[in-house]
Amino acid sequence: MSVGADTVVNSGPEPRSGPAGDAARVEEAARKVVQDHDPRSVSQKEFLGACFDAGLSWVHFPVGLGGLGVSRGLQANADAILQDAGGPTPFALNPIGYGMAAPTLSEHARTPDRAAEWLRPLATTQDIWCQLFSEPGAGSDLAGLATSAVRDGDEWVVNGQKVWTSLAHRANWALLLARTDPDVPKHKGLTYFVLDMHAPGVETRPLRQMTGQAEFNEVYMNDARIPDAHRLGAVGAGWRVAMTTLMNERTAIGGGSSRRGTGTIADAVALWADRPDLHTPILRDRLAKLWTTAEAQRLTGERSRATATAKGPGPEGSVGKLVGAELNQQIYEFCMDLLGAEGTVYGDYTLRDITRNEDYRGPIQQRFLRSRANTIEGGTSEVLRNILGERILGLPGDMRADSDRPWREVPRG
Amino acid sequence: MAEQAENPGLANTEFAFTDEQQELRRAVRKFCAEFSDEATVRALMESPTGYDPKSWARLGAELGVLGLAVPEELGGAGGTLVDQAVVVEELGAALFCGPVFGTVGLAIPALVASSEGPVRSETLEPLVEGARTAAFAVADRGGRFDPTSLTVGATRAGNGWGLTGVVERVVDAAAADVLLVAASGPDGVALFVVEGEAAGVERQVLSTLDMTRRQATIRLTDAPAQLLAGPDEAERVCAHALDVGATLLAAEQVGAAQHLLDLTVGYAKERLQFGRPIGSFQAVKHRLADMLVSVEHARSAAYHAAWALQDGTDDPWLAASIAQATCSEAFVDVASGTVQLHGGIGFTWEYQAHLYYKRAITDAALLGSAEAHRGRIAASVLDPSIGRLPPPPVATGVL
Repeated sequence: MSVGADTVVNSGPEPRSGPAGDAARVEEAARKVVQDHDPRSVSQKEFLGACFDAGLSWVHFPVGLGGLGVSRGLQANADAILQDAGGPTPFALNPIGYGMAAPTLSEHARTPDRAAEWLRPLATTQDIWCQLFSEPGAGSDLAGLATSAVRDGDEWVVNGQKVWTSLAHRANWALLLARTDPDVPKHKGLTYFVLDMHAPGVETRPLRQMTGQAEFNEVYMNDARIPDAHRLGAVGAGWRVAMTTLMNERTAIGGGSSRRGTGTIADAVALWADRPDLHTPILRDRLAKLWTTAEAQRLTGERSRATATAKGPGPEGSVGKLVGAELNQQIYEFCMDLLGAEGTVYGDYTLRDITRNEDYRGPIQQRFLRSRANTIEGGTSEVLRNILGERILGLPGDMRADSDRPWREVPRG
Repeated sequence: MAEQAENPGLANTEFAFTDEQQELRRAVRKFCAEFSDEATVRALMESPTGYDPKSWARLGAELGVLGLAVPEELGGAGGTLVDQAVVVEELGAALFCGPVFGTVGLAIPALVASSEGPVRSETLEPLVEGARTAAFAVADRGGRFDPTSLTVGATRAGNGWGLTGVVERVVDAAAADVLLVAASGPDGVALFVVEGEAAGVERQVLSTLDMTRRQATIRLTDAPAQLLAGPDEAERVCAHALDVGATLLAAEQVGAAQHLLDLTVGYAKERLQFGRPIGSFQAVKHRLADMLVSVEHARSAAYHAAWALQDGTDDPWLAASIAQATCSEAFVDVASGTVQLHGGIGFTWEYQAHLYYKRAITDAALLGSAEAHRGRIAASVLDPSIGRLPPPPVATGVL
């Protein structure tokens, strides 16, 4: 989680069809992995390591970095074979690693060897990754972040605080965006690093959220040291590197199509089906409206995929996050209104780590509270409306108070 | 999901427009720029008949776009409902004045769905050619055909039939050459063809909220009629026509809403207040972003319905109801936003916003309101689920 005003939209999937030979090569490699490393009998790490070595972790990456240098669309061909044989969904096990760190490392690591050293344990999920972007003072305005990195010989010394960091408590490595030059405008003074989460001076604390649980963390860095070899991209070019990460946030989360009536709307329909004693005509119309909106959004996703395959992605691809988040909230608001007084009791506010149980969404009341974050995380709805307005409709940007001023002089707080 | 993953290339033919459909869109857009510019629309809405028969004939005979989904053996283009939706979308964008709703949306689909015979072919052919126009004088209840609520009776008269009764507020009936009328007869409900100028047909032209789309109340007094679809098929024919009509109306709503979004975005970029374009203010920008979402959802729902009716990939009436429930609200939302974001000029007679706003309000009421279609959706997807789905967990507060 993180990211705001500068979130990149419209980075839909590339055309799915590659040359037929590539598809055959990918599928043959997948069948060989399954044959030599049956995922039902070998360990998960061995299986995912074999996938990496065969170039099936990210088929569009270069050979040697977990890829085969073929079209991104062929990943689905590999995944179908690997997962039909009982293989795991690696994205779910190491989401920041697979979805965001891997493409950034593949593109920006200083040497291919250095990239491979990070990527293989990432692929096996031996190394969980996290992303140190958002800060208490830099949410939507990510580029205004204040964590500093100061050069000291062959090392950088990092001080600052990050927040909303998923999986930081389990991560070995982090993607870190820090300020290396406070005397230039905000976008120009950032540099991108890979931080060892076990380095001295790095402290992780769980961040308890309104549901009572802790999905996220705060990460404090006090004179934490990073070797310069762990810098990605040039000094001062951090924003450009971050763009790679952010562009892949969306494509990683995208993915397969959904069936009618699935997703969070299913919760509301099932609750409705279970509680005829609570029905009213007004609630029925409200649920029908939510169902219809969910269906229109599902069809819009289908249309986005259809047009993205044919040419570039269109505006329909950018409405998903905005609509999905607000619809989730409305769906659970409906559930709570249906339940009435029953909704006012809560299961359990005990603080615990739910990140190890990916399916744990809890009772309706907990899902309701969790949905409040949907319009904040991954770009607030306010920022997303700016993006739709400015990047899709071409409306002029808002007046900015910080454009050409050195970061040091911009008011913060 | 697994099927999708195994056949990534086959996941979607729906929503992928062909080159021919893109060409069709360009051709109709060009036609509208020439023959349905704002000045023409304003002249026609004040004219006696409300449309230009010459333009209509061009659409039928020269462009050949009035019977795109009509099979070739019936004189049509043998294309798809998606082709027809593309055309209706563009006509909607231009607020084209002509019997698109009555003739293309309802009468032609009803004729195509009826069993063959001379009445059908003699009626259908001139409609497809644009030589004549038709209206569908079949009152619906919330977009559904309801045979119990008919207000016209049929009696045998020699070799034909005589119809008596009143059908209120029939769209495009004021100037229609031919009327399709549903009536209760001795053997049940049937669909008849009545000549607009026949004896016993009285048409009271109504002053309508949307001046670009005329309505008339039809009074029939033993009016001579020919049987088109008998009691064995009339209900199916009328239900089919209403589903196609709802789908094409949705396409029209998409076209008009997209036009208004483009218009308002353009205005927000040019209109300066406080020394800056009003589109740079988030209050304006965010309203436009919401209008974009409305248009995108509407487009998805409308074309899903067109594809579903064409290919049988979804329940036709459910797809049509999803389209109407979505597009009616979307067009009204976008039209309201258009008036609001233009400020004072959006409220003037000279500016085009009110023409579209009135079309939006009218379209939303035609063939069932959004609420009525949501009622059908609820009856289909919510009511049958009662007691059948595993309940989601609900906390009881008891630890």
